[in-house]
Parts: sequence; structure tokens; C-alpha cells
Amino acid sequence: MILGVSIYEILSLTTILFFIGIYGFFTRKNLISVLMSIELILNATVINFVVINKYMFPEKLEGAIFGIFIIAVAAAETALAIAIIINLYRQITSVEVDDTTTLKY
Amino acid sequence: MDILSLFVVVPVITILALFLAKGLKQSRIVAMAGSLVQLAMAFHLVYAYVKERAINDDIMVFMRDVVWYEDFNIHYAIGVDGISVALITLTAIVVLAGVFISWMMEDLPKEFFVSLIVLATGVYGFFISIDLFTMFVFYEIAVIPMYLLIGIWGTGPKEHAAMKLTLMLMGASAVLLVGILGIYLNSNADGGPLTFNILEIAQVNIPFAAQQLFFPLTFIGFAVLGALFPFHTWSPDGHASAPTAVSMLHAGVLMKLGGYGVFRVAMFLLPEGAMDWSWFFIILSATGVIYGALGAVRQTDLKYINAYSSVSHLGMVLFALLMLNKTAWTGAILQSLSHGFMTALFFALIGMIYGRTKTRDIYKLGGLLKVIPFISVVYVIAGMASLGLPGFSGFTAEMNIFVGAFQHTDMFHRVATIVSISAIVVTAVYILRVIGLMLMGPVKSEFKDLPKVRWYEVTGILLLLIPITALGVAPLWISDLIMESIKPFIQGVIQ
Amino acid sequence: MNFSYTILIPLIPFVVFLILGLNHKRIKPAVSGYIGVFGLMASAFLSYFTAYKYFFTVPKIDGIYQQITHKTVWMNFTDTLHIDMGVLIDPISIMMLIVVTTISLLVHIYSRGYMKGDPGYTKFFAFLGLFTFSMLGLVLATNLFQIYIFWELVGVSSFLLIGYYYTKPSAIIAAKKAFIVTRFADLFFLIGIITIGFYTGTFDFETLNDPTGEVITNWASTSFMGLSVLTWALILIFIGGAGKSAMFPLHIWLPDAMEGPTPVSALIHAATMVVAGVYLVARLFPMYYFIEDGFALNIVAYVGGFSSLFAAIIAITQKDIKRVLAFSTMSQIGYMMMALGVSGYDGHEGVGYMASMFHLFTHSMFKALLFLGAGSVIHAVHSNMMGDMGNLKKYMPITNITFLIAAFAIAGVPPFAGFWSKDEILVAAFEYSKPLYAVGLIVAGLTAFYMFRLYFSIFHGKKTAYKHTPHEAPASMTFPLLFLAVMSVVAGFIPFSNFVTANKEPFEAHLNYPLAAIAVATGLIGIILAYVFYKNPTEYPAKCRKAFGSFYKWAYAKFYMDELYFFVTRKIIFNCVSQPIAWFDKNVIDAFMEGIGSGTLKASEKTKKMQSGYFQDYAMAFVGGVVVISIVLIYIFKN
Repeated sequence: MILGVSIYEILSLTTILFFIGIYGFFTRKNLISVLMSIELILNATVINFVVINKYMFPEKLEGAIFGIFIIAVAAAETALAIAIIINLYRQITSVEVDDTTTLKY
Repeated sequence: MDILSLFVVVPVITILALFLAKGLKQSRIVAMAGSLVQLAMAFHLVYAYVKERAINDDIMVFMRDVVWYEDFNIHYAIGVDGISVALITLTAIVVLAGVFISWMMEDLPKEFFVSLIVLATGVYGFFISIDLFTMFVFYEIAVIPMYLLIGIWGTGPKEHAAMKLTLMLMGASAVLLVGILGIYLNSNADGGPLTFNILEIAQVNIPFAAQQLFFPLTFIGFAVLGALFPFHTWSPDGHASAPTAVSMLHAGVLMKLGGYGVFRVAMFLLPEGAMDWSWFFIILSATGVIYGALGAVRQTDLKYINAYSSVSHLGMVLFALLMLNKTAWTGAILQSLSHGFMTALFFALIGMIYGRTKTRDIYKLGGLLKVIPFISVVYVIAGMASLGLPGFSGFTAEMNIFVGAFQHTDMFHRVATIVSISAIVVTAVYILRVIGLMLMGPVKSEFKDLPKVRWYEVTGILLLLIPITALGVAPLWISDLIMESIKPFIQGVIQ
Repeated sequence: MNFSYTILIPLIPFVVFLILGLNHKRIKPAVSGYIGVFGLMASAFLSYFTAYKYFFTVPKIDGIYQQITHKTVWMNFTDTLHIDMGVLIDPISIMMLIVVTTISLLVHIYSRGYMKGDPGYTKFFAFLGLFTFSMLGLVLATNLFQIYIFWELVGVSSFLLIGYYYTKPSAIIAAKKAFIVTRFADLFFLIGIITIGFYTGTFDFETLNDPTGEVITNWASTSFMGLSVLTWALILIFIGGAGKSAMFPLHIWLPDAMEGPTPVSALIHAATMVVAGVYLVARLFPMYYFIEDGFALNIVAYVGGFSSLFAAIIAITQKDIKRVLAFSTMSQIGYMMMALGVSGYDGHEGVGYMASMFHLFTHSMFKALLFLGAGSVIHAVHSNMMGDMGNLKKYMPITNITFLIAAFAIAGVPPFAGFWSKDEILVAAFEYSKPLYAVGLIVAGLTAFYMFRLYFSIFHGKKTAYKHTPHEAPASMTFPLLFLAVMSVVAGFIPFSNFVTANKEPFEAHLNYPLAAIAVATGLIGIILAYVFYKNPTEYPAKCRKAFGSFYKWAYAKFYMDELYFFVTRKIIFNCVSQPIAWFDKNVIDAFMEGIGSGTLKASEKTKKMQSGYFQDYAMAFVGGVVVISIVLIYIFKN
């Protein structure tokens, strides 16, 4: 609960953050940048969890706990993704999206 | 173990034994032994049936009923009447002949015989079932191995042919399934439980609207397998690519499931629908009869000629079934039997000729009567049987059909009948064309010395030739046997 | 009276067929010839015995010969309709038995000489046995379906024997043509039979032919297009008979059938099988006569008369001796048909029927003789063409004499057999209709002319230089010739009307002297003309040919009937029906079915582009989906 700041303002901020992430996810051609965009999306989500918990159910903690969960999961996910990307780089010496379209049809 | 279930169990045992067998020599011995046992059982069944029939006048005898899936009231229900007994005997003979004809199947023999026997299992199961669902399951068991048999052991564009055949038959069984479920869901019209049992459903008065709706579905579902015009195009391509024994089994036995199913399910359970729709399907089947015959006149590949001839002959079966009277139905069953033996014989002979000359083009062949006299003479005999020469099975069947069809006095039936009868002339034309081009004439130099016929080929041929002649020379016993079994069915239609 | 043993008459040849057919590689030719001949001898003996027993020991009832049947059910159609197999003994069947077994026996004997050295010797005798069996079964048939069954079987034996030299393309075509044309006619026959079966409830000759029975008294009960259905059925059956008996316009197979070995032509295409149509009409004669007052019978008369004239004209122009004889056969069968057509039923009115059967009997003798004689000539000269022959009387005295006797017989010169039967036919025709009588008379003259044209061209005429000096045939071939020559002389003296009549009641036939004189005179004119034209090479034939011009050309080309048929079958049916059907099947029906398959493939080909491999595209679709769903949910739950 931050004085003078309503939940709407914070939610607007996270929405903007979320769509920046989406935008980045769609338009970046480098897999690392795409990964970073995913992090932005996740961050927006985490903030939402915490903020909604704080503003609407101040006596509970589930939101904050979920936030921590998501951070942990996101870290694991990032590690995995980085591993994949590194392996990919070893295989095709590229981390560009355009070079990784073999998985189709 | 009851006498009928053995017909499913013995093939399964044969299949298991085949897995233990090694190489061509062992597999063919096992397959032959299994088929011989089947044939012996079929003969025993005929004997037992005749004896049982004398003391038992139920529609079906040797009945047995085991609950299989209780929630939907699905049973493993079996039983036979004269018609199924006759068709089971046909199957046993054709399968054995097929094994003999594939005596030299060098390519994956074990797998080949396994698929062949699986197919036979499905056919036997289909003929003994009186539960719609069980019947449908066996039907699918019979159809599926076809894909492998053609796709793996076939010739020419085999993948395409196998795919086309299987997909068209699967499409038909989808339609059929709807029909069967429709019958099932209406089987409690008189207040009883829902049931798949044919005999129980026959007691129920299925509402007319439902009959009208589900008859065409059931009819087409089965009739596609019986090469109903215009759903026949899988048959020429499929046969042309299939290996000999498979063509024999398929045209000889599997296509009979179509007519049998139409008779046992569509006609028996939905008689009012049958009467309502008969005009439409009469047009299709009569067209098929003459169309198949005329189509055969212009073909040059032996297997195509025979496939189109099958369209014509099986069109006759469906045509006869639609005539809805005892004589025509007897004719339909006789025609099924006769065509089964005849066409199996044809395919066997074509296989032998192809194996020796490496061509099936009748313009490239010539003068074979001098080079391979036995095969050629049998080909002439088979041809004569096919064009309905008295003394062979085709004649008795066709005469029953024509006389039966003539019982209808209105113009529509008359015209359809005369159109169908006129096919016998066209049949003569294409049969004689083949005989004239392929068997007669001067010997071509490339065919001067072809290998002589072998003992297993002779055995296969005789197995098929003897019933053709027997049915043609002395039809009284078998036609009475069939007619007797048809009575309860025809009463359903009359009411 | 028990005649059930007569079943052996057809069965013996059948057994011969089976023995020879199944062992044709193992049996030596000499033995197989004997098997065939002895089998036929047994059959022939049984037939003669039956004839004696029937005509002389079985008592007549009210002066009428009885009809004796033995039969058993062969197949059931409905509760009332069934096919029986059995034997029917009555005067005409006995007469046919004698004809068939006698001629067949002689042909068997003859073939032992004629076919000597042929690689298919045993097979030939097997086929002869099959044919004899089928023909005898046809003769003895008790019902329409039985006759149809054997009718088809004689058809196929004829096919096998015409195509006996199966490496020769012309023989193959001839065999196919014979089979298909007769099969086409049989289609109508079959429909006729089924019609009769349906409307009368029986196939049985006894029931159908009973003049006081239900069928004949009740013929008007159902009609179709202004005629009784039974009349239609009889017309259809006659079409079947016309096909087998080579009546116009279904005759085109007969001349080509001469591609078969000559003994076969004598047996099948002159004496026995081709008269099956006449026998069929005679068999159903009461029906033909009574139903619709003989409407169908009129058709028989006119078709017969026309065919007879038509064939006689063509016969004059042909150059192949077997074709001349073939057209002569057609002409004579037309005569028999005409005689049946003009016949009445009771007593003397039935003279046409009697005459027809009589002519069938005598014709089979002298025509078989002519063919066997021709065979002997061909055997000696190795050619069928008249142009390659001439002056053969020097080399082949027996053939010459016997051929001459046969020619006299067919020309109707007394006292030879043909005179008596032909005279009765002309009497019957005279009483029925004058135009038909005129046709009959013209044909008699033409017959005498072409037959002696043939005789003089072969045995007299120019001195031809032969490569191999022709020689008389061996005894096995001359014996049948001599035997038949004797028959051709004496057969005419058989008091036929005592045995075979329309209502089975014997009557006395008398010679009608004025009509007989006219007929004989016509015949003699024909013979004399032929003598003048062809005894020695002259200019007359060429002049005549010029005088007739295009008519000659038409007749020589058999009035282009073959071409007409070929046009219809090859051009119209093959090209305009069968070809389009093949096209339709491939490009419409099959294309449709294939189209479903390839359509599915194409659709998936199109849709798979969506799987681009760019995961961002997938994500875009996912997010787009989420957005759309969210909007929808918001819209739904906004209140």
C-alpha cells in the first residue's frame, strides 16, 4: 500500500510493462532479446500478483508467495532457455530467430 | 468350445504358430495346415448344420451369447443359418486355394501369411456374428490387413492403390457405423432395452422415419464393399496392384461381406426403409451391372477386366437383393458364392500367367493355349462360367436372379431387369475378347517356352473349379438350403 | 411305357467327351477315334431302338401318338416354377434323335480319315462328343429351360469347334462372331422364356402345348402394347431360334462358321445345330398356332420365306464352296421355317408342319452329304475356292457320284429325297399364301441353279493343273458318303405323315401332281441353265455378272450385312458407348473419388503454411486468441 498511488496507476504501469514485453517478444530477432522480453512479461505478472494482494487482501500473503514462486520458476526457465540457446549456438553458430525455423510442418 | 467359435480360434492359433515358423517352407506348411483344418471344419459345419436343421427350426442355429461390454449391451453373439454356412465354406476353400497359390511367396512369407490369416479371421467372424457391434469389429479386422497386403506385397502403384482402397472402405464403414448406431438407438422402440442383437432387433418395429433415414446409410456402408456403382473405383485399382492371393481373397470373399451385410442387416432390420429406397438403389445397381460389363470391354489389363467384371457381377447381387423376393434372394446368395469361386479362380490364373509372362496386357499376350495348355483351358472354362454358361455356377445364380426380378410387373422393374439381363451379352463380348486375344492366335516368340504348371497351382485351381462345376451341375441341394434359410427374412419384408 | 433309358443316348457322348477331354494327352489318336465312334454307335443304336419301340409297340390313344416324359426337379425357382431335367419322347424328338445320332456317327467315322495327323485329333473327338451330348439333350428337353440350357451348350461347342484351328486369326474371329451373335439372340430367347414362365407358371412343354389347356385357352388374359404377352414371348423365343438357325438378319455368323473343320460344318452348321431353331418352333407349335390366332407364326413364315430367298441369291454369287453350302443351308432352313409358318394344326391342314419336319430330315441327310463331299474335295485339293478346282470327276469318282446325288436331292428332282419334302412345303405354302408360294418356287429354281453351278465347277469344267494329283479319299471318308447317298435316295419314300404330324395324329399325304410338276420343272430349268453356263467354261457367267451389275456386287458382298453389323458394333457400340464409359469412369467417377483424396491433400498443403517455424508467429496467434477470447468474455459478462 503506497500512499497517494492507487491500484489503477500501478496496474497501468504493469500493463505497459507487459505489452512492452509482448512487443519485444514478437519483434526481436535475437533469441537473447526474446528471452529478455519474456522476463519483462514475467515481471509484470509478478508485480500484479503482489500489488493485487496488497491492495485487495492486505491480511493475506498468497500473492507475495506466488510472486516468489514465479521468480524462482522464471530463473529456472531462463537457465533452461539459455542452455538451449547456447547449445543452438554451438550447432548453428547463430542465435537469430530466422535461423531456427526448422521445426515446422 | 462351440463349433462356431472355433472358426475364430483356429485362425488365431494358426497366426501364433506362424510367429514360431521360420522361412518360407515352414510358414507355408503352417498356413496350409491351418487352412486345411478350417476347410475340414467348414465341411463338418455343413454336415452338422444339415443335421441340426432337421430338428431345429430357429432362424439361427448353434447360437451362443457372451456379454462383452455390459453398459452398451454388446454381446459376443454368434449363430449361423444356411447362408452363412455356405459363405463360410466358400471362405475356407478360397483361403486354402490362396495359400496354395502363394506357395512361392519369397518376400516376407511369414508376415504375408499372417496378414492373410488375419483377414480370414475377420471374414469368419463376420459371417458367424449376429451382434451388430461384434460384426462391425470383425468387418474392420478383415479390411485393415488389406492395406498391408497391397501396400507391401503389391505391384505397380501399390501405395496409392492400397491407400485408395483402404480409405474408401473406411469412409464406407464410417457411414455404416452411423447406420448401425442408428439401428441400435432405435432398437428399444417397443420398450425393451437397447440391443445390438440382430434377432432381437428384428422383432422390434423400428419407426418408419428412422428406417428411411438409416437404410441408405447401412446399405451404402456395406454396398461400397460390394462395389456398388458409383463407389466401385477402388476395386480396379486395388485389384490391379494386389498380389494374387490377396486379389483372390478380396474379390472372392471380402467383397461378399458387402452383399451379405446388406442382406443380413440393411434388408432384414430395415425392411420398410428397403422398400422405400429400393427404386433408387435399383437404378444404381442395374447401372452398375451394365456399366461394369461395358467398362470391361475396353480394358486391356487382365486384372482390370476382371475387376470391372466383378463390378458387373456384384451389381447383380445387389440388384437381386433389392428385388425383395425369395427367388431373387436365393439368386443373390448363389451369385455371391459363384462369383466368389469364379473370380478367385480368375485372379489365380491371371497371377500364374503374369508370373510366367511378366505382363498382363492382353495385346502383348497371345497363343497361350499352345504354351501353357492347362492354365489356358481352365481360363476358358472360368470364362464360360463367368458368362453364364449352363453347367457352371454362374448360370444357376443368374437364372434365379432374372426369374426373381421378373416377378415384379411394373414397368420400372421390367426395364431394370431387361437392362441387367442384357449384360450377359456384353459379358460374352469381353470374355471372348480376352480368350481370342490372349489364349488363341499364333504363339508369340517371347512366350515360346514358359514354365509348366506346378502341383500346388493345380491344387489351387482344382479347389476352385470343382465347386463351380458342382454348383452348376447339381444346384438343387444348395439352392434349397439357401431358400429355406431365406424364408424368415422374406417374411419380415412381406409384413 | 418306360423310356427312361433314353437318358443314356445323350450321356454316352458326354462320357466319351469326359474320357477324351480329361486324358487327351494320354490317349493315342487311333484309340480316341474308336472310342468316339463306338460311343456314338451305342447312342445311335439306342435311338433306332427307341424309334422302333415308340412307333411300333407303344399303343396310340385315339389314334394319337402319346407324349412320354420322365423328369426330375433340377432347381426350384418359386413354389410353382422349377427347372426340370428329363427326357421327352414324342415323334419329333425321336426323329431328331435319329438325325443327330446318325449324322454324328457318320461324321465321327468320316473325321477319322479327315483329321488324320492333326495334332488335336483327340481333342477334336472330345469336342464332337460334347456337341453331340448337348444337341441330344436339347432334343430330349422336357421344358423351355432345359432346352435353353442345352441350347447354350451347343452354342459353346459350336464356338469351340469353329475355333478349332485356334492359331488362325480368321477362325478366332469367326468363332467369336458365332458365339456373340447367337448369344445376342439367346438374350431374347431367355426373356421370352422368363415371360412365359411368369405368366403361365410353368416351363413345361406338356402343359404349355396342351391345345385345350389353360395356357392356350387363356392367352388373352394379359396384354402388352396391343398384343398378348404370350405372343410377345413367342416372338422373343423365335428370335432366339432365328439366331441359332441363321435367319435374316441374324445369319451373319453362319458363313464365317465355315472356318471350322469341314466335318464340323457338316454336323453342326448343316444338319443338326442350325435346325435347332426350327425344332424349337416345332416344339412349341401348338402355342404358336393357337395364341393370338398364329400372329407369331406369321412372322415365322415371312422371316423364313425372306431368309430363304435372300440366302439363295447370295449363294449364287459366292466362290468359296463351303460358303455356297452355308448360304444354301440358310436358304433351306428358311424353307423349313416358312413351312412351319404356313402350317395348320389338324390333319391335312398340318401338312406344312409335317413337311417342315420331313424337309429337316431329308435336308440333314443330303446337306451333310454335300458338306462331307466338299470336305473330301478340300482334303484332296487343299483349297476352298471354286477357282482352284475343276474336272475332279476323273480323280474322285465316288465323291463325284455322291455329290451329284445330293445335288439332285436338294434340287428337288424325283425320286430323290428333297423332291418329296420340298413338294409338301410348296403345297402347304400354296394353300396359305400365293406370294410365299412364289418365293418358294423361285428359291427352288435358284437352289437347283447354284447347286449345279457348284457341282459343274468342281467336277467338270476347266482342266485345272494340280500341284499334287488329287486322289479319292480313304474308305473311312467314302463310307459315310455312300451311306448318306443311299439315304438321300430312299429317305423320301418314308411315309413321314404316318409318324410326325402337328397334332400327332397320322394322316395320308398325297402328291399334288400339278404343283409337283411345276416345282420339278423349275428345278430342271435351274439345272439346265447351270449345265449350259458351267459344264464347260463359257462366256455366259461373265455376261450375266455384267448384266446384273451392281446387284451382283451387292449379292457378292452378302448385301453388306457384315459391314452393317461391324459398323454398329465397332463404330457405334465400341466408340460411342464403351469408350465414353471408360472415359467417364476414369475422368468423372474415379476422378471424383481421387479428388476427395487429393482435395484433402491440397487443403493440408495450404494450411500447413501456417506452421511457419517462427515461434513468434505461433505466439502472435496465441496472444491474438487470448485477446479475442478476452473481448468476448468481457462482452458477455459486462453486466
